[in-house]
Amino acid sequence: MNTTFRALMGACALAALATGATSETITVATVNNGDMIRMQGLMDDFYAKHPDIEVEWVTLEENVLRQRVTQDVATKGGQFDVMTIGTYEVPIWGERGWLVSLNDLPESYDVDDLLPAIRDGLTVDGELYAAPFYGESSMVMYRTDLMEKAGLEMPDAPTWAFIKEAAAAMTDKDNEVYGICLRGKAGWGENMAFLSAMANSYGAKWFDMDWKPQFDSEAWANTLNDYLELMNNYGPPGASGNGFNENLALFQTGKCGMWIDATVAASFVTNPNDSQVADSVGFAQAPDNGLGPRGNWLWAWNLGIPAGTQKVDAAKAFVEWATSKDYTELVASKEGWANVPPGTRQSLYENPEYQSVPFAKMTLESILSADPKNPTVDEVPYVGVQFVAIPEFQGIGTAVGQQFSAALAGQMSAEQALDNAQKLTEREMMKAGYIK
Amino acid sequence: MARSVSTRRKLITTVFAWAIGIAIFFPILWTILTSFKTEAAAIADPPVWFNFHWTLDNYATVQERSNYFRHFMNSVIISGGSTLLGLIIAVPAAWSMAFVPAKRTKDVLMWMLSTKMLPPVGVLVPIYLLFRDLGLLDTRIGLVIVLTLINLPIIVWMLYTYFKEIPGEILEAARMDGASLRSEIIHVLTPMAIPGMASTVLLNIILAWNEAFWTLNLTAAKAAPLTAFIASYSSPEGLFYAKLSAASTMAIAPILIMGWFSQKQLVRGLTFGAVK
Repeated sequence: MNTTFRALMGACALAALATGATSETITVATVNNGDMIRMQGLMDDFYAKHPDIEVEWVTLEENVLRQRVTQDVATKGGQFDVMTIGTYEVPIWGERGWLVSLNDLPESYDVDDLLPAIRDGLTVDGELYAAPFYGESSMVMYRTDLMEKAGLEMPDAPTWAFIKEAAAAMTDKDNEVYGICLRGKAGWGENMAFLSAMANSYGAKWFDMDWKPQFDSEAWANTLNDYLELMNNYGPPGASGNGFNENLALFQTGKCGMWIDATVAASFVTNPNDSQVADSVGFAQAPDNGLGPRGNWLWAWNLGIPAGTQKVDAAKAFVEWATSKDYTELVASKEGWANVPPGTRQSLYENPEYQSVPFAKMTLESILSADPKNPTVDEVPYVGVQFVAIPEFQGIGTAVGQQFSAALAGQMSAEQALDNAQKLTEREMMKAGYIK
Repeated sequence: MARSVSTRRKLITTVFAWAIGIAIFFPILWTILTSFKTEAAAIADPPVWFNFHWTLDNYATVQERSNYFRHFMNSVIISGGSTLLGLIIAVPAAWSMAFVPAKRTKDVLMWMLSTKMLPPVGVLVPIYLLFRDLGLLDTRIGLVIVLTLINLPIIVWMLYTYFKEIPGEILEAARMDGASLRSEIIHVLTPMAIPGMASTVLLNIILAWNEAFWTLNLTAAKAAPLTAFIASYSSPEGLFYAKLSAASTMAIAPILIMGWFSQKQLVRGLTFGAVK
């Protein structure tokens, strides 16, 4: 009896130890945006499904996060088990073997439901290296009341010529209403995201098939001249310092007739709690010039697992949960369909309830019209719509962005800015060994 | 003979001093005011000063979303620990340089200061790799060490300056009375240098509390102090200025209160020996 009791106690102790040993804590690095913060509030569902996994969050501003996770993944620092990364990082890191492949996600995950444009950007040599949490493109957001007052009607797919005409008609500088608000702040993810996408619709490109920079082309000159003309004549003052947030504030306070920016802004500008113009906002696709590509970008925030983590299974369980169809329904049931992370799954856009969200259709059309593998008119050697997926791009993109921002501020001419951009890009590409 | 100062001049000086004071304090005041606004009021144009709907919602949201107390404790331990460790190293170093100077003491002091001239990002990768190999990433002890090393030149310089003001004869007298080196530093030198040491401690705590390069780069979830807490509310896609302001106010409140109560010592220490 005594021996049996002792054996039972021993077994219990072992079981307790084993339970403790299998409980794992994973650290998730993420950006501070509405969708990610919402997920942190819905973790009870994950814990109910995975009681053996605990999640610790590290929320950082986008640029800080990018630096931190790059540093960690490159040095195998092991500080994070799941990282929120953009479509720029995934192909570069995947190619270097820095990310764990997600090809073995279960069938119930339905990987074929992911939007092809988004999934392609996350796949390298047939291996899916990150799961999309939310996707975005860019589109035109405009004031329906001002458009009506100007006697114009915004088509679903406008041209740049129409945008210029509408901007002129809507501008009323005496009352601080500016026809158009666009990004002007320097940075590869700031003004260059907009200008690279705009350039695609003008037939311009970053590099030709031999990786030679193309800022000396007529297409780039037309792009930059039209951008400067729009902004100088119909844009707000001090636009060279404006990024997403500054333009959002201007639009929400009724100072912009049109704003071309991320589709994610749609939920902000239509929210009556924050926006003074919530009931008079319309949406249209980004403009084109009749050459094929439209001036919209494609971006997704994705969850990837660094190759250095020791907790691959727990990390995969989290990624699978956070990017699943079930999670979408969980958000819809708690916060409404308008708050569901958009732009990743076809099934979401087939859902009749989601179709009633005002900006759903335009967001999907914008995402589907962007092709990261064929971003511009001519064939190019790179992947990426508003970026070039090579490691050197962050530095080059920001340096070129500074030239264009300076041109917008009136510190140099468009010709000078393009000439400087051409020279500095040539220099960097030569240093990196792409061209001789 | 004392100079008589005209009332007009006094008035101008007072107004000028207040204007500078308000200009310096204005960003903090605006942050505090914004923390009580709604997000819509935070971006209102023209800006609203006091006539808005005051709300504590932002503080409630921040409290709900983040573990403020853990970040606060990390800040206290990291800034307090690095200051203590820094003093333990700096007091003997400053004593020897002030009272037993060698031929190259000035050069050593300059060399110490020159380490502050290197941008921290220049040594980020080697330090990160060292921390990774020593298992110090995301630990409070790791940050205590790195912040001690970063602020050590300033502590040594400040203490050296204060110690130089103390007449060497007093220490000599103590030695003649049979005081050991330890007693000389602890019982004779330290009490006389208290104002200077107090301001050094306060300044070092403020520097360590506000340090945002290493604390952001070397921490993740466990050892992240209040600087990481603020950073988590900054967003390039979304106007969350009111919440960011609430987080900032909560992060700076402890150090502001500490500075307010100790301003007498701080000013006394910083002006110690300024007028001979």
